[in-house]
Amino acid sequence: MEKFVTITSNITPLAIEDIDTDQIIPARFLKATTREGFGENLFRDWRFDEQNNPKKDFVLNNSDYAGSRILVAGKNFGCGSSREHAAWAITDAGFKVVVSSFFADIFKNNALNNGLLPVQVSQQFLNTVFEKVQADKNLKLNVDLEKQKIEIVGHNVSESFEINDYKKTCLINGYDDIDYLLSIKDKIEAYEKGSKYLSLVK
Amino acid sequence: MAAKTLFDKVWDAHVVTEIKGGPSVLYIDKHLVHEVTSPQAFAGLEKRGISLFRLQNTLATADHNVPTKDQHLPIKEALSRQQVEKLSENCNKFGVTLYGLGHPYQGIVHVIGPELGVTLPGMTMVCGDSHTSTHGAFGSIAFGIGTSEVEQVMATQCLMQSKPKTMKIEINGKLGKGVVSKDIILYIISKISAAGGTGYFVEFAGSAIRSLSMEARMTICNMSIEMGARGGMIAPDETTFEYIKGREFAPKGAKFDEAVAYWKTLFSDEDAKFDQVLTYKAEDIEPMITYGTNPGMGIKVSGHIPAETEIDAASRLSFKKSLEYMDFQPGASLIGKQVNYVFIGSCTNSRIEDLRMVAEFVKGKKKAANINAYVIPGSKQVEKQAIAEGIDKVLAEAGFELREPGCSACLGMNEDKVPKGEYCVSTSNRNFEGRQGPGARTLLASPLTAAAVAVSGKIVDVRDFNLN
Repeated sequence: MEKFVTITSNITPLAIEDIDTDQIIPARFLKATTREGFGENLFRDWRFDEQNNPKKDFVLNNSDYAGSRILVAGKNFGCGSSREHAAWAITDAGFKVVVSSFFADIFKNNALNNGLLPVQVSQQFLNTVFEKVQADKNLKLNVDLEKQKIEIVGHNVSESFEINDYKKTCLINGYDDIDYLLSIKDKIEAYEKGSKYLSLVK
Repeated sequence: MAAKTLFDKVWDAHVVTEIKGGPSVLYIDKHLVHEVTSPQAFAGLEKRGISLFRLQNTLATADHNVPTKDQHLPIKEALSRQQVEKLSENCNKFGVTLYGLGHPYQGIVHVIGPELGVTLPGMTMVCGDSHTSTHGAFGSIAFGIGTSEVEQVMATQCLMQSKPKTMKIEINGKLGKGVVSKDIILYIISKISAAGGTGYFVEFAGSAIRSLSMEARMTICNMSIEMGARGGMIAPDETTFEYIKGREFAPKGAKFDEAVAYWKTLFSDEDAKFDQVLTYKAEDIEPMITYGTNPGMGIKVSGHIPAETEIDAASRLSFKKSLEYMDFQPGASLIGKQVNYVFIGSCTNSRIEDLRMVAEFVKGKKKAANINAYVIPGSKQVEKQAIAEGIDKVLAEAGFELREPGCSACLGMNEDKVPKGEYCVSTSNRNFEGRQGPGARTLLASPLTAAAVAVSGKIVDVRDFNLN
């Protein structure tokens, strides 16, 4: 996994609540057997019409926000299906951070497992970002994982965010969980010897 | 000893070790695998040069992509075929048991686990599918995971998980006429929203829950994820033990008795503390239907879509976007609205009791001329049972098409899709934009309400019919 460093970037504002993973990547695009290439279908049905022409009013088609590495979305982002393809599509499209006032649990785990940082902010902070980006399309956010701090650049508005120490270490160093779990194989095998379930289905 | 919730008891029994300032390492008793969320995980194992840690804890089936017609023929759609073939290839290579197309046990992963006696109380179970919560109906901790986590479980039989908070939802009393378990869960989600359970593991309790069959309980736990909860569970009882007894992979003889003795310890202690407790009256629940584009946007079939003023200011933009997609007006009633599609199926409502409910209702009636009605059984075993009971004939006489098992139009990964702009009353679990096909408009409801809509050709209150 790629190591996470501090990021300063213009943003992609998407002020919609309850964005589910079916919108992020519709089911008909889940048929690939590799992790690559999902970015082109990110928000497919919001981004393109039936003739595959870009919809002008959708934020990902707006050149004002081009090159953004931070997606900012309304509360309860990533709800619904557990498809990790949603996190793959977002990272494949160049994003490193998603900011929202609330994330669905499975999406949050999937994001963290792919070096995509979900930053949960207060509703007030989120509203401020959406407000300010209307006046300044080039509004930038700075996200510092080490300090667990997110800031609206040049506006002196900042907030701290939560992440557990273990996941933080993984992101900063590019570790993944399997390396760790394989290193405690003895403990797993010892657990199995005392497992009630395993004794019942033997 | 400190009082524990059901969730705590099962969780604590599965913690291998805890990481300071981080998650717990949780042992996973059973890992269910399907074709969509597994190929990248198998590829990950190959890349690492490792095999599955515990093959016997793993079971695979093909369900999401499979056609529901002519399953004996090669899958027509190339990408679907490749993904299903990839699953067979991976299962062969790694030695994983696969109930693929053509196997008598094939079916929707959350239907076959319980019916085969694989799902048992007190176990931990995961699958790369959010509706894994279904299995919680047996008093197990069951939840959906992403593909990186699928690889973790394959490689180590463990998952790194932070312990969620606990919530108890109690439903007491007696359900009214025409009200079934799907209405209970749609009612709860409409009360607490599609995000109301996020961060929690939910236990469903109360006399109304206790009175439900196992299959009805599965429908409730299945949709726990639709309120954002990691999973839902119900304490096992005699109904549970009776259901499990004699099933293919369930413990037998003395092992079964030993198991039941253990399972009887799996309940929330009287003074156990939950982080949140919600209580509802069964009598307040009526037949439900959704009007919007998330499962929290539900109303009584006899009710009205909320007016804009009833929606929080911050959520109004999303509310408007949703109604625009559905082409509904704020404050409107749905009764009488023409619908051309009815879908009965999915891991929520495709079990034999669901099919019996529909068959009993439509017997001697005919679907309305404008309606396309599909019934997709949850598994080969459900299909076989339906045919043995003559349900196939009843459905055919009423103009419903009984097809072969799979996820089908719940998510439209195969060719079963609802056309753009069409309304579909569906017994599935998600009414997201485009879920049943690009531009499709989904209204979630119970199998009973779906059957009533099919014979009426428009949205109706099922209680307007004579119900036994």
